[in-house]
Amino acid sequence: MIQSVAAAAAVALSVILVTVFPRSILLFLLFQGSLLFVYVSRIPSWLRAALLGAGLLVLMPLVGAVNGYYLEVATQVGIFAALALGLNIVVGLAGLLDLGYVAFFAVGAYSWAIFGSPHANLIFGGTAFPLAPGWFFAFLVLGLAVAAMTGVLLGLPVLRLRGDYLAIVTLGFGEVIRVLANNLDKPINITNGPKGLTPIGRPPLPSWIPYNEGFYFLVLVIVVVVIVVNRRLEDSHIGRAWEAMREDEMAAQAMGVPLVRAKLMAFACGASFAGVMGVVFSAKQIFINPESFTFLESIGVLAMVILGGMGSIPGAVVGATVVTVLNLQVLKGFSLWLNELKNAGVTVLGYSLANLPTQLEPAKYERMVFGVILVLMMIFRPQGIFPARRRQRELAHPQPEPPSATS
Amino acid sequence: MSTLFSARGITKRFGGLLAINGVDYELDHGISSIIGPNGAGKTTLFNVFTGLYEPDGGQVTFRGHSLVGLRPDQITALGVCRTFQNIRLFANMTAIENVLVGMHARVKLSMWDALTHRPHFHTVERGLWRRGGELLERVGLRAKANEVARNLPYGDQRRLELARALAAEPALLLLDEPTAGMTQGEASHLMGLLRRLVADLGLAILLIEHNMRVVMEVSDRVTVLDHGEKIAEGLPREVQGDARVIEAYLGRRGAPRGPRAAS
Repeated sequence: MIQSVAAAAAVALSVILVTVFPRSILLFLLFQGSLLFVYVSRIPSWLRAALLGAGLLVLMPLVGAVNGYYLEVATQVGIFAALALGLNIVVGLAGLLDLGYVAFFAVGAYSWAIFGSPHANLIFGGTAFPLAPGWFFAFLVLGLAVAAMTGVLLGLPVLRLRGDYLAIVTLGFGEVIRVLANNLDKPINITNGPKGLTPIGRPPLPSWIPYNEGFYFLVLVIVVVVIVVNRRLEDSHIGRAWEAMREDEMAAQAMGVPLVRAKLMAFACGASFAGVMGVVFSAKQIFINPESFTFLESIGVLAMVILGGMGSIPGAVVGATVVTVLNLQVLKGFSLWLNELKNAGVTVLGYSLANLPTQLEPAKYERMVFGVILVLMMIFRPQGIFPARRRQRELAHPQPEPPSATS
Repeated sequence: MSTLFSARGITKRFGGLLAINGVDYELDHGISSIIGPNGAGKTTLFNVFTGLYEPDGGQVTFRGHSLVGLRPDQITALGVCRTFQNIRLFANMTAIENVLVGMHARVKLSMWDALTHRPHFHTVERGLWRRGGELLERVGLRAKANEVARNLPYGDQRRLELARALAAEPALLLLDEPTAGMTQGEASHLMGLLRRLVADLGLAILLIEHNMRVVMEVSDRVTVLDHGEKIAEGLPREVQGDARVIEAYLGRRGAPRGPRAAS
């Protein structure tokens, strides 16, 4: 009861604070924290659903109306959450360490970027392109299919590899895709090389809500679908086979799990989420080039999965939120704040901050902060923020059996 | 009537070591055991039977299907399932989940079924859980269905591995030292369970065992391997008295003590 009131109050209070002080990053973090609090607190499930639903469907767009950048952050979080959920299948459930995951994201992004921008005219001639924005939705499916196929293509040659070897090959694969994107501007200009592709068409969304809000909802819908798919796979014979494979590949095979099929399926499923989000990402950015798909992005997504808790769906979402917010807001916000102090000529212990070298801006060493956080996590909470919990199930009551069969 | 399972001239080499040398083996029903000193090739033979190793020579047939060249999962689907000498459970999954994985080859559901949750999916899934519960009941682990396998005591883990293998609905069950590490009481209890399985399900069971009391008590037939060769076969009583068997285990009277006799 107390928790229920506290949860509702936390959400309401933080929203009010955010709307009153739309520029305070701390308060926006408070809002996110309140949603997390709602998720973990012991309150009736209808109340939790209602509060989370209100938070994501009503309050977040409301906050976005006061400060558009927050909505941008939320949209990014959604995109990365879907990526983390996809990688979670491959790494967390099936136990296949994939260090080139962003390649599938790139495949999805380029598939829409090429046809959703005038660039395709260079390849096919004529002026048929860009495709009408409505095609975006068809490309969501197409991006999914192309990425899934790429996943299978990657999966086939690496099936025999395990652990470190697999990681190295997938790392190479990720780089191959990026290098291809960088160099496929000749002989036929497919990707336009490092110059990238622009302008990429944006999906037509209902005109009665602001476009960015609409885009946020689009991402939200996809993330929800991804979560549902993830859960259903996890709770089926397929998910159990994946986990068995992670625990002991040889025993899993001896128990009747066809390893080749199961692994390819894991690669394809994980890749397909990235493919869909790639399409969304390219439409959101309007411009993409190979720089968006570097090795560091793969590592970033992997960090989300590990930080959140391997094999855990809420973990992947929370991990994606923490990492994205840290990247986009906390470190940048800290840099800005330091800058303000600098410009104001503040001195700390007799040292004028104006003399602080620019190299020390927090935004410049975000990767280091990241690394430190990961190291600390691995030391103090190696299972992640939201470790995967084994679901406890009530077995149906044993039926009376013939005496000879009972033991 | 053809035999359920037969192997002819099985040979397996590891580099220069001849682990199995032209072993013939046949079994039809009941409980059979393979015994032999350490390094005799018992587990290697199991691995050949279940597809983990491909033999360098010889034929394995089960219900008229040749098993040589098939993958372990295909062999399991045909109805041969096994347990491992050093328990290989899915350590971080619950007991019931371990059993459910064992059913994988019998699950007739597609990915589409799992994604759409159509009624058929729920019916099948409920059936799986019910059968999983029954199997755990059979080995006496029902109360621990939701416990993570790694937290179970050793004896329970052995029995869980048995339940997991049974989940694949095998016609032939291969058990690699199922009583290792068990007390005599637990071992007898397990053997009683195996006897009931043979009686209830018409299962054929092949054991590798070191516990001689267990072997002699429960087996319908005993085969002795030494140095990768079959040196004796027959009723437990016959094998016990066989001179070559005694020699393999205890060494020859008056012979210099070799390294193996010392082990």
